[in-house]
Amino acid sequence: MTTLTESPPPLAPEAPEPKPPKRRGRWTPYWLLLPGILWLLVFFALPMIYQASTSVQTGSLEEGYKVTWHFATYWDALSAYWPQFVRSVLYAGTATLLCLLLGYPLAYLIAFRAGRWRNLIMILVIAPFFTSFLIRTLAWKTILADGGPVVGALDTLHVLDVTSWLGLTAGDRVLATPLAVICGLTYNFLPFMILPLYTSLERIDGRLHEAAGDLYARPWTTFRKVTFPLSMPGVVSGTLLTFIPAAGDYVNADLLGSTDTRMVGNTIQTQFLRVLDYPTAAALSFILMAAILLMVTLYIRRSGTEDLV
Amino acid sequence: MPFVNWLKRNLVVIAGLLTLGYLLLPNVIVTVFSFNRPKGRFNYEWQRFSLDAWKDPCGVSDLCGSLSVSLQIAVLATLGATVLGTLIAFALVRYRFRARGAVNSLIFLPMAMPEVVMAASLLTLFLNMGAQLGFWTILIAHIMFCLSFVVTAVKARVMSMDPRLEEAARDLYAGPFQTFVRVTLPIAAPGIAAGALLAFALSFDDFIITNFNAGSTVTFPMFVWGSAQRGTPVQINVIGTTMFVVAVLLVLVSMAAGNRRGRRQA
Repeated sequence: MTTLTESPPPLAPEAPEPKPPKRRGRWTPYWLLLPGILWLLVFFALPMIYQASTSVQTGSLEEGYKVTWHFATYWDALSAYWPQFVRSVLYAGTATLLCLLLGYPLAYLIAFRAGRWRNLIMILVIAPFFTSFLIRTLAWKTILADGGPVVGALDTLHVLDVTSWLGLTAGDRVLATPLAVICGLTYNFLPFMILPLYTSLERIDGRLHEAAGDLYARPWTTFRKVTFPLSMPGVVSGTLLTFIPAAGDYVNADLLGSTDTRMVGNTIQTQFLRVLDYPTAAALSFILMAAILLMVTLYIRRSGTEDLV
Repeated sequence: MPFVNWLKRNLVVIAGLLTLGYLLLPNVIVTVFSFNRPKGRFNYEWQRFSLDAWKDPCGVSDLCGSLSVSLQIAVLATLGATVLGTLIAFALVRYRFRARGAVNSLIFLPMAMPEVVMAASLLTLFLNMGAQLGFWTILIAHIMFCLSFVVTAVKARVMSMDPRLEEAARDLYAGPFQTFVRVTLPIAAPGIAAGALLAFALSFDDFIITNFNAGSTVTFPMFVWGSAQRGTPVQINVIGTTMFVVAVLLVLVSMAAGNRRGRRQA
């Protein structure tokens, strides 16, 4: 079980490590690094350079593309597809927030209240991973089907009136609306929120809770002043692990959404694989990458947990 | 008001269990609908109970072929990523060398990059090189994105290892090779296993990067994607259910074995 309860990889720059002892064999580390680093350089770093160069090319599929430093592609891509960018950020942001709200109680439950059920609940959180996520996403088509029990209940409780007013649903449908896409994104990336939250909650010394209680803190105050601040590393890496893949996702928007819910991932996919407009696709992908790296850097700076994660 | 007090005390438990239900609901639907006999091509509406799909899981053309392609790629990608990643992890923990920061960023970046960006840029590389898209390009891509996860898993384990154990082995006249095989490797094994398991799961279930770099090769996720457009056979639910049950059983068995070992040692 150790293999599954171990912390997921931290998603933030490395904390300074203790200096390893100096060893004989000056070249040994380089030999160990060589194959793997070469692989990453050729198949991760080099493609980024190719993509950057493709984004400033002009030409056509028949005559071939040439680098002409045509930066206008970026401007054209942004002005044509800004709604998709906005949607990506809004949907991924909402899904991340929902993941935090839904995931925190479950992580807390596993860490402090589950007792001997802890391992079982942990397995149930991870096990869905082993059923292809596409099959599980398709299951949402059944759950949110028109006239189904879920939609019926939401309608009776007038939830759909509120979401329609917010522009998240249309009429008495949930499928093919932003709500369905957000629901799918939340579902798909929830475990990426729960696992880091659990890891940092589990590290908290239980005596701190007792101490807070002894000092007459109510449970809610204890949570606000002790538990939550101490779980911040988990909150930060959880939100990043959820937001980044959600912002680039196009599976949920395609399977559960409509043409009005297309995200930037859908556009990149269509431009690359169907329209075959490589410069525009490369430019869009480059903008997405830059935007995400920028947001991640700012977020980590702001949260001030650089050396915590 | 005892009920209100009870509710207050257990609010977090109730909320947590509701989230767990949200996480598991799709799996329940997948399982139930593997016993469905749908009208028409799509398996989204319940009609009536049937065991047809379970009796003939490969009854749809290309389904089991795609499953076997996915398994082959996952096994090879796991092997490749685990070997390369373990070497990097050892170099990072055990040695001092220049460009350490650059290496760390190169490991970190693929995990912080949306898949679609990696997928698209890799495709531009392959197109520029004139590479034939298919099995091998998928494998190359999978090793690339699994690598970083293996490095982090193995590194965590090797870092928590007591270096005095290896010193002791050397003091007892074990050669460098013997020390590595008899002492270092067994201690690092759980980390390596965790990394390999993660790599296998990531590779087997990958869709986005595969979709860009697959050419006409069809993996299992690609088959499911295609069937969402053409019509979903009940058989994909059968396979999804089987995967879920097998995974849970494997974990339970390994936990039971771990418990017994723990008790024996205690």
